[in-house]
Amino acid sequence: MKVTVFVSPKTTVLDPQGAAVEQAIKSLGHHSIEGVRVGKTVTFQMEGSDTPEIRDEIDRLCDGLLSNPVIEDYRYEITSE
Amino acid sequence: MKVAIIQFPGSNCDWDAEHSVQNVIGLPAGRVWHKDPLPEGVEAVIVPGGFSFGDYLRCGAIARFSPIMSDLQSFADQGGQVLGICNGFQILCESGLLPGALVRNDCMEFRCLNQSLKVEDSNERFNTEALAAQLTLPIAHGEGNYRADTEVLTDLEANNQVLLRYAPNPNGSINDIAGIRNQAGNVYGMMPHPERAVESHHPCLDGLPVLRAFLQPLLQSSPVQLSA
Amino acid sequence: METTAAPLPPNPDPCLNVEITPELVAQHGLLPEEYERILGILGRTPNLTELGIFSVMWSEHCAYKNTRKLLKLFPTEKKDKDAIGQVLVKAGDENAGVIDVGEGWGVAFKIESHNHPSAIEPFEGAATGVGGIVRDIFTMGARPVLLTNSLRFGSLESSQVKRLFRGVVSGISHYGNCLGIPNMGGDVYFDDCYEGNPLVNALCAGILRHEEIQKGAATGVGNPVYYVGPGTGRDGLGGASFASRELTEESAEDRPAVQKGDPFMEKLLLEACLEMMSIPGLVVGIQDMGAAGLTCSTCETASRGDSGIEIDLDLVPQRETGMNSYEIMLSESQERMLVIVAKGRERELEEVFEKWDLHAAHIGEVKEGNRMVVRQKGVVVADLPAKSLTDEAPIYDQPATEPAHLAMAREWKVDSIPELGQEAVEGALLGLLTHPTIASKRWIWKQYDHMVMSGCTVEPGSDAGVVKLSIAGINKYLAIANDCNNRFCYLDPYTGAQIAFVECMRNLACSGARALAVTDNLNFGNPNKPEAYHMLKECVKGLADACAHFDVPVVGGNVSLYNEHGEGAIDPTPVVSMVGLIDHPDRVTRSGVKDSGLELILLGGLPDELGGSYYLQSAFNKKEGTCPKVDLDAEMNLQNLLIGQIEEGRICAAHDLSEGGLLVCLAEMLFDAHGIGASVSLPDLGSSGRLDALLFGESQARAIIAVKPEKCDAVIQAAKNLGVSAHAMGKTDDSSQLKVEVAGTSVINSDVSGLKNAWESAIPKHMEIA
Repeated sequence: MKVTVFVSPKTTVLDPQGAAVEQAIKSLGHHSIEGVRVGKTVTFQMEGSDTPEIRDEIDRLCDGLLSNPVIEDYRYEITSE
Repeated sequence: MKVAIIQFPGSNCDWDAEHSVQNVIGLPAGRVWHKDPLPEGVEAVIVPGGFSFGDYLRCGAIARFSPIMSDLQSFADQGGQVLGICNGFQILCESGLLPGALVRNDCMEFRCLNQSLKVEDSNERFNTEALAAQLTLPIAHGEGNYRADTEVLTDLEANNQVLLRYAPNPNGSINDIAGIRNQAGNVYGMMPHPERAVESHHPCLDGLPVLRAFLQPLLQSSPVQLSA
Repeated sequence: METTAAPLPPNPDPCLNVEITPELVAQHGLLPEEYERILGILGRTPNLTELGIFSVMWSEHCAYKNTRKLLKLFPTEKKDKDAIGQVLVKAGDENAGVIDVGEGWGVAFKIESHNHPSAIEPFEGAATGVGGIVRDIFTMGARPVLLTNSLRFGSLESSQVKRLFRGVVSGISHYGNCLGIPNMGGDVYFDDCYEGNPLVNALCAGILRHEEIQKGAATGVGNPVYYVGPGTGRDGLGGASFASRELTEESAEDRPAVQKGDPFMEKLLLEACLEMMSIPGLVVGIQDMGAAGLTCSTCETASRGDSGIEIDLDLVPQRETGMNSYEIMLSESQERMLVIVAKGRERELEEVFEKWDLHAAHIGEVKEGNRMVVRQKGVVVADLPAKSLTDEAPIYDQPATEPAHLAMAREWKVDSIPELGQEAVEGALLGLLTHPTIASKRWIWKQYDHMVMSGCTVEPGSDAGVVKLSIAGINKYLAIANDCNNRFCYLDPYTGAQIAFVECMRNLACSGARALAVTDNLNFGNPNKPEAYHMLKECVKGLADACAHFDVPVVGGNVSLYNEHGEGAIDPTPVVSMVGLIDHPDRVTRSGVKDSGLELILLGGLPDELGGSYYLQSAFNKKEGTCPKVDLDAEMNLQNLLIGQIEEGRICAAHDLSEGGLLVCLAEMLFDAHGIGASVSLPDLGSSGRLDALLFGESQARAIIAVKPEKCDAVIQAAKNLGVSAHAMGKTDDSSQLKVEVAGTSVINSDVSGLKNAWESAIPKHMEIA
């Protein structure tokens, strides 16, 4: 199965990259757009199926390595690719 | 060696840190590879600057899982002196030895300059070293923008854990924070590079009292001839 | 044509088994007569992989086929065998030249261009340019100690240029900062001629013990050949031949030809290689895989070692699947090296690379004979005489015709320019201080870590960057300067190239450094156009004559031709980079004045030439006129005076007159310390009789020095002894005003902080995000 992890800056934390991108978007004339946040996605193949144990394992991975809980949130999707 | 400088893949201020401690301050120092154990008899550890593991994922995120980090954790728990400089500060935050995190500079660019800093006079060790109220130290980072939630910040300020503040602020860091210590007072972290301001060809010598303040327990416990 | 030799067996990848047509030959950038030569060498038809190998090895980038004859004009050794800075490794012999700096230490240094990749993808192009030159230096066994860059862009008014500029600077910043090698800035010019074809020349210098110098030769039959570094992918396919074509609209579609850099990988490779090379006798030969990757490194090491070499592509680490021999041999994946190891000691090498988590793959062997043999899936896919690739590329002497504009430049009369009234002096000065070429470059170098390695002694922005060689444990300072004013080279290529040389050397002299050697980067247009070739030829002659006159040899460099885009060729840009040595900390001298009450002395006489100046550009938008004269003897006397007086401890600050002339030079000297002003008086208008030529003319062999009043007489006497005109113009003071009088009349009285602010904010204003 394929796991896609989406990591994004916490809403309470300043996101300089998001702010810069938002400024660029506005300078292109798209004034109705706001709240830009720039995160990252991490994808990997994993053996097994979508079980609570597997989800535990992914959570541990996300909480320690793939995201920093001080500044980032994460969510993930599991697909059968 | 009394002072160990941890070398991660991608560390690039490890030589500078070793040179400043060994040849300028005069304490025996050496570099320790991140896959090796922390040697017996070490009294202080410096986690130097650089781009450990290429800063991939997040600055310090991968170094945190290096084999030596469990030794460092127990060394710090036992009251050992730990100083993280620049990338070293980021690693200490990632590993939870210091609170908070460091994100991208608000200008979105790397900044290398001689930075004015306000010294917090609440630090006894700084006072013993008679640090001036204002210091200049080199900074060189792209992600030095300190972030912590309100609760952590309140605690940091209430416990006098802030060591240095930017004046003016080059990166958007909250409360102008440039360096902090843990509550126990044995783990220090800072974005500025004191090891780059210790010799006559450097822009100033302000790094010397900062390093000596950190190494004070060692300097007191063993009467070492200071060459500086 | 003799084609009797037996053909190679079919390639395991059927798509490579095609007939070699004239079209295919042309697509590989080879001329019909060059293909005939290949047929003669092989005695048979090459297969497609072999054709690809010839095309990159015989490209201008690798073979210098249009410039080899000209490059022979450069002196490659010092005539004075007792002087410091003897050449230990000559230009062209290895990956970089090496010079002696005393106490058993040597300095390896070289400049290299990455112009075309940067035009297409500025961030990755510039970043991999840094990566390539750093590999050239540590391949020699040297620990890199500094970086600089020579950059050229179009006008910052253009949003496209801003994008290129921002991308190039952040690419250099990213790669160099991550490696932890101090970047000392360099020179940056902005001129319309570079629009669409920016120049990105990167320089690296490193330090090593004489006995540690490594060779790029495959010797010792039976010695194993190792591939170290990350796997090979399809990136950068044919980059070397790509660098030897003009940029066209289709180039934007050439994206795969731009490599992606990984500075973290390079840092690991750097540390692992230095660790491996420190093990005595382990490494027999080493070469980086730069342009033309595996091809270039295998045939060059074999050719230098007078050996044969055999490699098996099945053993080459690969990042992508299904790569055929053509793709693997021509890939320009970054951060890879070829190492020839002493047989029986393979394990020692493997242990070092395991420590650093890097691949080290045993891919072949040094063989008897002279052939480079490549196998894949058990089949010989290329079998070529190694030396035919490196030494038998055709060498051309192209026809040269003087471009028409040179005669116009010679006949130019200054009367065509309206005279400058004293009321307009401040405006003209501000116009120059805010021209991006003259304005402060802090916006650039504050993005570069110039303080890492604890050696930075004079930060970027002074006449030369200076680094203490602390890491070698010696009390010596390396100074570095780059120069090339394209305007002068455009107007008079011979003299313009000489100005690049003398100005670069003068920058070192003003910093207290004795020049040791040159590395040059020749950036020119298409050499097949007679006008462009004339410019190239004259620049090389001018530079070679200056090198010989000062006994400063060229120890390496790079040629980048075909720098053309849309409107035509770039101005000739022979970038000169010079390394100098300062052996005492007291002699390190800066351009900025720190104190009031210092005498300001103009050395070299009143400027009197306006041709080609930046004043003509900023006030009249003109690139015309007669290039300033160069008097190599006068220049040598001035520089000997500067260095001698610095060594006597008599000079507090020194700044050379260059772009913008006397008034810009004077103003810049006051920008370093807060509250400093100066009051200066010039006796008359000088020999031109014109205020503009006096204040803004760019006459050569001139500098302003600041000295303590009690040393003034001694300095003026020393100048007299050397035949250098010295004129005490006035003093620095605490007024924060720049005051200049000419023949008793005030021509400017301006607030220094206002001038400084204009100078400092010019580039940031252009680069603000809208």
